[in-house]
Amino acid sequence: MSAFLRVAALVVRKDLTVEVRSLEVVSTTLFFAVTVVLIFAFGFVKEGVPMDGVAAAILWITVAFSGTLALGRTFERERQADTLRALMLAPADRPALYAGKLVGMLLLMALVELILVPLVGLLFQAPIFRAPFRLAGLLAAGTLGFAAIGTLFAAMLVRARSRDVLLPVLLYPMTVPVMIAGVRGTAALFQPQPDAGMAQFWFALLVFFDVVFVTLALWTFEPLMTD
Amino acid sequence: MTTAVKAQLGIAALMFAASPWVINAAPHEATMGLVYKIYFYHMPSAWMFMLGAIVAGVASARFLFAKRQASDATAVAAAELAVVFGLLALVTGPLWARKAWGVWWVWDARLTSSLMLFLIFVAYLLLRQFGGPGSEKLSAGLALFGMANVPFIYVSVNYWRTLHPKTSVVPTLPVEMGIPLWFCVTAFLLLFLALLSLRATLERHRARIDALYLSHDEA
Repeated sequence: MSAFLRVAALVVRKDLTVEVRSLEVVSTTLFFAVTVVLIFAFGFVKEGVPMDGVAAAILWITVAFSGTLALGRTFERERQADTLRALMLAPADRPALYAGKLVGMLLLMALVELILVPLVGLLFQAPIFRAPFRLAGLLAAGTLGFAAIGTLFAAMLVRARSRDVLLPVLLYPMTVPVMIAGVRGTAALFQPQPDAGMAQFWFALLVFFDVVFVTLALWTFEPLMTD
Repeated sequence: MTTAVKAQLGIAALMFAASPWVINAAPHEATMGLVYKIYFYHMPSAWMFMLGAIVAGVASARFLFAKRQASDATAVAAAELAVVFGLLALVTGPLWARKAWGVWWVWDARLTSSLMLFLIFVAYLLLRQFGGPGSEKLSAGLALFGMANVPFIYVSVNYWRTLHPKTSVVPTLPVEMGIPLWFCVTAFLLLFLALLSLRATLERHRARIDALYLSHDEA
């Protein structure tokens, strides 16, 4: 177990070092997320007033879009330098490599969400400080579910042709439950009379989703990544 | 083509040819009239869609974990059939819904989860088609994840919105309606099995030719 954690921590450290030196994925993903929110604002703000109940949807769609972009870029970098092959050749547990990549992805998306949530709150008058812990819980659980499937698929697609198109094509239908639960749960917190029970239900569904898919991903990473 | 497949195809063809008369013999339904008879094709298609999805998922798991090469061919065949029958179900469903509910589409749990599962299998075929070498493993992973996802999609859409007749309608059907229904289900099942074994054989031959070609190239 300690070897598993050590390998995962090493992979996270490697990814963070590469990212801190170039800031490539963080900066482009953040900028992309901001532009997506602005495009939504032009679509959903009428005469200076945002439409009712769109903030939650915009938040989650932007998380999904920027997450896809970040996943694609992260693994493209690994592919270009052929470092994913090197990782796979390392005498380490494959599931530990997956866990490391997943944690790196989660840190990246958390950073993006840290900017994204206040921006959505600001532009769409969403009450983000009404239940900050519930909102953070929903975002954490939803992001984990999205990233768990996304990391596995992006890693698998490294060797495939037309991987840029195929990642969202495979990822979006698969993460529909995350989107529904995330949007509905967040909307329950944002509505004029917040519904904590509803948010709780969606949070529980997200946690259950996370448990199933993280387990399944750890379990299938080895056979999927072996030639 | 083996004799069994030929026999299945022949019987299925005869049953499909006879099905308009069998369905016509079913009694009129009081509230919906003639239009409910779409149901005799709609429900078997939907069942074959589910069957295709399940076969593809199980075959993919066997391919991935037991490394059975032949299971991959079964998975492709089942996934293609799932898309074909899924499309049939998704086309006949709205035709019926327009008459029964007054709208073409409702965001009901069963409809939406069928649509999502359909999309997952379309994505599966896209991956097979454009993924290049090695995509059979990726698609097996996709089918496996798709299977695991079905209950989540169902529960989430169910709570998100829920008008579809419950499954419990089938055992309570009067006999005059039940016989044509099971007749159609049998016809669809025979067609499904025949196509599945034909397509899987084709896929196995294709994989074999690819392997032979590669080994000839290397020699």
